Amino acid sequence: MRWKSDPLLVVEHLTMRFGGLVAVNNLTFEVGRGDITALIGPNGAGKTTVFNCVTGFYKPTEGRLALARTGVADRSRIEALTRSSARSAKQGEDELFLLERMPGHLIAHHAKVARTFQNIRLFQGMTVLENLMVAHHNLLMRASGLTVLGLLGAPHFRATEAWAVERAKYWLDKINLMDRADDPAGELPYGAQRRLEIARAMCADPTLLCLDEPAAGLNPRESLELNTLLNSIRDDHGVSILLIEHDMSVVMQISDHVVVLDYGTKISDGTPVEVRNDPKVIAAYLGVADEEELAHVEAEIHA
Amino acid sequence: MSIAPSDSKGAGGALKEASIAALLTLALCTPVIMFRTESDPNDGTLKLLFRPILVLVFMALAFVGRLAVLAYKAQPAKAKAAPAVGAPSGLRAFFSNVIGPVGLIFLLVYPVALVLWLGPGGSLKWIDSYGIQILIYVMLGWGLNIVVGLAGLLDLGYVAFYAVGAYSYSLLAINFGLSFWICLPIAGILAACWGMILGFPVLRLRGDYLAIVTLAFGEIIRTILVNWTAFSGGTNGIDSIPKITFFGLVFADADNGFDNYFHMDYSPIHGKLYLYYVILALALITNLVTLRLRRLPIGRAWEALREDEIACRSLGINTTNTKLTAFALGAFFAGLAGSFFAVRQGFVSPESFTFNESATILAIVVLGGMGSQIGVALAAVALIGGFEILRELSFVHWLWFDLELIAALVIFMGLGLLTRKLLLSAFVAVAMLVGASLATMYGLKSGLLAESLWGVFRYQLDIDPTQYRGLIFGLGMVVMMIVRPRGFVSTRAPSIFLVRRTAVSGDLVGEGHG
Repeated sequence: MRWKSDPLLVVEHLTMRFGGLVAVNNLTFEVGRGDITALIGPNGAGKTTVFNCVTGFYKPTEGRLALARTGVADRSRIEALTRSSARSAKQGEDELFLLERMPGHLIAHHAKVARTFQNIRLFQGMTVLENLMVAHHNLLMRASGLTVLGLLGAPHFRATEAWAVERAKYWLDKINLMDRADDPAGELPYGAQRRLEIARAMCADPTLLCLDEPAAGLNPRESLELNTLLNSIRDDHGVSILLIEHDMSVVMQISDHVVVLDYGTKISDGTPVEVRNDPKVIAAYLGVADEEELAHVEAEIHA
Repeated sequence: MSIAPSDSKGAGGALKEASIAALLTLALCTPVIMFRTESDPNDGTLKLLFRPILVLVFMALAFVGRLAVLAYKAQPAKAKAAPAVGAPSGLRAFFSNVIGPVGLIFLLVYPVALVLWLGPGGSLKWIDSYGIQILIYVMLGWGLNIVVGLAGLLDLGYVAFYAVGAYSYSLLAINFGLSFWICLPIAGILAACWGMILGFPVLRLRGDYLAIVTLAFGEIIRTILVNWTAFSGGTNGIDSIPKITFFGLVFADADNGFDNYFHMDYSPIHGKLYLYYVILALALITNLVTLRLRRLPIGRAWEALREDEIACRSLGINTTNTKLTAFALGAFFAGLAGSFFAVRQGFVSPESFTFNESATILAIVVLGGMGSQIGVALAAVALIGGFEILRELSFVHWLWFDLELIAALVIFMGLGLLTRKLLLSAFVAVAMLVGASLATMYGLKSGLLAESLWGVFRYQLDIDPTQYRGLIFGLGMVVMMIVRPRGFVSTRAPSIFLVRRTAVSGDLVGEGHG
């Protein structure tokens, strides 16, 4: 129950409306620090919408998204920050962000939330290494003195860039793409593109990594490798993961915490075992007939 | 591809298609080329000229052209050994490694060699309307390449910044007496500011919408220059703009003149040479800065923005600032080029900054291959130099309107199509061409053929081919974009590599969505 005791992200009363359509309705859940949290639900349940709200691609209609990058997501601090008009509050080392107040690039830059996409969004015409270098943008931008020092070839910038290349190499090694570093990303096979997208997100140095269906289209072996990679990201790098997934084997094997959505509302929230045995979840996934209709059909059969 | 004849159709089908092409040409040419009005040089009355032969020539050209295309397509398809990506090898690698330094040396030596070869008088045209003119467009192309090629933002109003640069220098120099070298950076910065001003409202626009707004922006600047007479002189423009100086020395036959100071006889070529090297230096600075920026985070962010803006945002890249810097830097270089334009011409007017110029610069970038520096330079040479050189068309007189050659081509294509033996048909065609030429020459000499068909045709077609340079040029562009849709250089060079430098195929590289 780490998501209750030490939450990294606290989502409260999140509602997203598109005109008359309510994609997410009054959703409240927590993402535990150091957890792998899975967001599951049938198609059209609003999972990706939640992602887009968390990563700033949508501005939520209502609700609060508080992220404590470091320190404890203390309720009184969140309330104090909400009453002020600021986006973030810093207390010593502890940083607290209200994501619904921040534009997307600042969420990635300051709150350190990185994401991947359901339909892979790599920079196809750039090489694998370049993709990872782009992910170091803000770090290198600062080191290059907003380009001016970099243009003059300042040694500090060169050192930082070399460091970024080393880190890119580390991740290339980790996703088994070292020998394809200089190939265009668009030429990689599908599974490799998925891995590269995760590595690219990791190069942005996230606290929270949001993965939108990372196992979609992977074969069983690749799926297994993905599990290993995600576990390593959590254990070796201390990055919390929030993922959307349809593949139940992935969800049940690796996640610590599962949140189930249906029609934009939360229907279950707990450990994988709890969720698996929740009748509401089974009903949402398998579909349950209307009781009246069922009785009607039964009556017809017997007659 | 669907119109290519299948083998069953054969030569008959090809001839039919070629005939259709010829008929289409007839329909197109009848209103455009068949009739021409000309004022009589003696009494100034309008005369209607009827030119059926010329239409026939165009029909023949269309016929032959269509046959040629069909013959080319009918060839047994060769296995296309074109790996989408790979390290450039052999000749290609050699070429791509060598073209930079060789081109640079050529550009440095070009004017001096010309002066030594043709003398100061003869080389003036080649340095001025070829050298300097082309280099201005190379610089503009490189500047726009930042916006369109790297950042993928379609800008149809680029000439506005060129105008801002030109007018900045003109007005600063005339009103405040500032020298060119002080005005140059000021003009660049002012143009960059206008780039930002344009950038802000269009940040949210993409693709076609962005193109339309930038187009409008270019026209707004021009319209202001036309109408704000008190500021810009209106359509009359600004004249007697101070000329360029060399550490305070003017290029004129005067006491404080450059030639006088260095104890040389006055020659206008010195000023032209100086201008040439100034614009060469400016263009090279543009190139160097762009090449360096491509390897810096800002350059990678531009290219990433072209590839996928949403992914950029998810990685914490401020897309607003990234777009604005691209606009501003592109505009900065246009401002420098505009400033140079003003000091070279000594006269600016809104007429020099029409949409045509924007279109030409964009065509240079697209033709060169978006994002490629060398490609853009080559395209500027081809577009500007090519258009200029078509003025000197007299040397192609024989080629363009020699019906013998057209007849030989028809024979070549027909035979080639029928027999599928290209060498044999080429031999037959050349033999017939030589034979026909000899016969004509003999016939003309002996008077036998003086009134023959050939003679009549030759007489009728004795027109000025320079009139057709737009047509030739347009055709060339169309063919070029069919053969190489991604421009001269269709691959992208990565900005960083671990082991080997691979060229990324143009098919993978995004074109940007605005």
